[in-house]
Amino acid sequence: MAYPKLLGALCATTLLVAPAFAQDWPQRQITMVVPFAAGGPTDTVARMVAERMSADLGHQIIVENIGGAGGTLGAGNVAKADPDGYTVLLHHIGMATSATLYRNLAYDTLNAFDYVGLVTEVPMVVVARKDFEPNDFTAFISYVKDNADNLTLANAGIGSASHLCGMMLMSALEAPLVTVPYKGTGPAMTDLLGGQTDIMCDQTTNTTQQIKGGTIKAYAVTTPERLELFPDLPTAMESGLDGFDVSIWHGIYTPKGTPAEVNERLSKSLQSALADEGVVKAMADLGTAPSPAEDATPAALQAKLEAEIARWQPVIEAAGVYAD
Amino acid sequence: MELLSNLALGFSVASSLANLLFCLIGVLLGTLIGVLPGIGATATIAMLLPITFQLEPVSSLIMLAGIYYGAQYGGSTTAILINMPGESSSAVTAIDGYQMARKGRAGTALATAALGSFFAGTVATFLVAIFAPPLTAVALKFGAAEYFSLMVMGLVMSVALAHGSVLKALAMVVLGLLLGIVGTDIYTGAPRFTLGITQYADGLNFVAVAVGVFGIAEILRNLEDEHDREVMTKNISRLFPNREEFRQMIGPVLRGTGVGSVLGILPGGGAILASFASYTIEKKVSARPQDFGKGALAGVAGPESANNAGAQTSFIPLLTLGIPANPVMALMIGAMIIQGIVPGPNVVSEQPALFWGIIASMWIGNLMLVILNLPLIGLWVRLLTVPYYVLFPIIMAMCSIGVYSVASNTYDLYAVAFFGLLGYVMSKLRCEPAPLLLGFVLGPLLEENLRRAMILSRGDPMTFLTRPISATLLLMSLAVLVLVFLPQIRKRRDEVFTESDA
Repeated sequence: MAYPKLLGALCATTLLVAPAFAQDWPQRQITMVVPFAAGGPTDTVARMVAERMSADLGHQIIVENIGGAGGTLGAGNVAKADPDGYTVLLHHIGMATSATLYRNLAYDTLNAFDYVGLVTEVPMVVVARKDFEPNDFTAFISYVKDNADNLTLANAGIGSASHLCGMMLMSALEAPLVTVPYKGTGPAMTDLLGGQTDIMCDQTTNTTQQIKGGTIKAYAVTTPERLELFPDLPTAMESGLDGFDVSIWHGIYTPKGTPAEVNERLSKSLQSALADEGVVKAMADLGTAPSPAEDATPAALQAKLEAEIARWQPVIEAAGVYAD
Repeated sequence: MELLSNLALGFSVASSLANLLFCLIGVLLGTLIGVLPGIGATATIAMLLPITFQLEPVSSLIMLAGIYYGAQYGGSTTAILINMPGESSSAVTAIDGYQMARKGRAGTALATAALGSFFAGTVATFLVAIFAPPLTAVALKFGAAEYFSLMVMGLVMSVALAHGSVLKALAMVVLGLLLGIVGTDIYTGAPRFTLGITQYADGLNFVAVAVGVFGIAEILRNLEDEHDREVMTKNISRLFPNREEFRQMIGPVLRGTGVGSVLGILPGGGAILASFASYTIEKKVSARPQDFGKGALAGVAGPESANNAGAQTSFIPLLTLGIPANPVMALMIGAMIIQGIVPGPNVVSEQPALFWGIIASMWIGNLMLVILNLPLIGLWVRLLTVPYYVLFPIIMAMCSIGVYSVASNTYDLYAVAFFGLLGYVMSKLRCEPAPLLLGFVLGPLLEENLRRAMILSRGDPMTFLTRPISATLLLMSLAVLVLVFLPQIRKRRDEVFTESDA
């Protein structure tokens, strides 16, 4: 492994070698680290784009799941990997929130990675058990404010999408609900279906089919625009919750020092994968859409990460919950 | 008659040539990885996911499901032959199955496991077909309080797993509970007993612990004294059960199937209890409970049926709710999503061919497995005659690969080494590994559900008694406890020291 590392270092420093290297890249298969278990929503997104990117790059992208510690183990592995373009990371919003949630991260989030681009921003939906009393989001807001002490808010564990969205919801409504954490979305959703808990806020990837099946009640979308799948479902913002904009955005990163040409090539490949009809359709089924080409770029992802770290830090610190 | 037309639709889908082939590939692969110690269904399915993109959705799911229940069959093979369980369910099979093998009855044990699994698989498949929707409604009634009480019952039962000292068994359960605490507390995010190692933040890996305390410890013990193994291979009398043994099998298989089917439906980890519960029941109803732990046929037949029934019925929450009961099911959901089918409550009505096709394929797959496995028994048993100095390095290598493949985490390998040594020390002290594993598996569930039930009830412990299902389970635990300890107390009066050499 010394050879590619040396080459990588040369590429990063000397302009003469860099173009030659980038032209030759990729020579072999690429590993895409997903810092979560296989089969989960992030893994599904990764496998969708990895398959199309493989076709574009002419070399297979292998998805490797290195789960654990809220995604920080997998991210830590990539941070330490050779910056030769053969190891990339697909991570979600947790990349930004773990910078605050974990006080002893093994890497420096803003300085350990280079950027390829945004993949998708998955909207979230505020849902409740199917016999929850309020019938629309306006009624929901006042009902929750009045009964905060008696209502439970489920989430899939510290740092999960539902935990983040739940924190945002409680702070927007100024209603401290009783939080009930679960180990993952599956059990949290089961208990919501069974009416054991009252409210949850989760990605459309997890909620769409249950809403369609009428097993849970949907109240609002957490992104600025309504969903094509549920045109009647209002957004939280239009219902008076100013600035309530939460999405589970996914991005692809490379270790710091990866040649800019390689990141650009990966970004082009990502853009072509995101324009693929199959990917668009598969994402639409899950209630999301690929990021537009201008967002699937290194600059857009870097800006997003920086903005999100700054945005979530006060929310997490106010809640006083840490994952370590 | 709707059921018949549904099943007919299912069988027409599942018996197409291509689907039969994928089913066969699935069960073959499943058997293979089940037999290789350490490599589990989760890792295999994860590796195979990319291949399934090119297949029809129903074919890929039939194949993945085949791997899952094929691995259940294969897993019992290593548990019986080399005392190396790869999953919590086969940890129970190892107790009596391995003892049978040591007495030269490996063939009988393997045949019993295969036939019991087939029967249980058949019954459970029909249960899934007939009762899936109503059973789902029951499963949803299980909240945190109910799960807590269920786990209490499981822990109480674990005492019966021991065939030696009850005190040592309790000590092992408690040690298991403590080991289960390692990792991040899901309620506060605080790391507990991780020694500052981030790699243990999600707890110790079950496969690493099981392979260590059972398998590696057994290898160390065998290397100490090769004599035992010669007995094991020289005494092989016959491969298949005789009429008397078939008769002994019927009761345990029926009871195991019942217990496994019921527990498998619960999405919150009920299936884990299936084989443990069945073992306890068999030991209690047996006329010769003293044979358990020394090669009792019922100790293999019951738990094997139970775990296979549970494996089948755990598809119910997946297919009717779209909610995975275990990591393998989560992978199947991932596979469905990538195929453009988002699992949810509507899959049955929107995709009847897929739903019923998978159910029918489960029965076909079970049939294939029994046909595949019975002739293979002779071959597996002959593996035991491979010289140990060849066999054990292969087992060690396979274990290491298997354990590493679960999460690509080198710390899991350190855990295998540590628990191998611990298992060896335990065997020297005559402490058994099965209660430790049960404590390890149930501990986190027990704690998680206890605390969740208390949060939901706002700190009122009466919730466990005012909820009817929970109260019933607690009463049953109490009854089991009385049943376990009454004879113990009576026996102790008569013969105080005899049990210490069990």
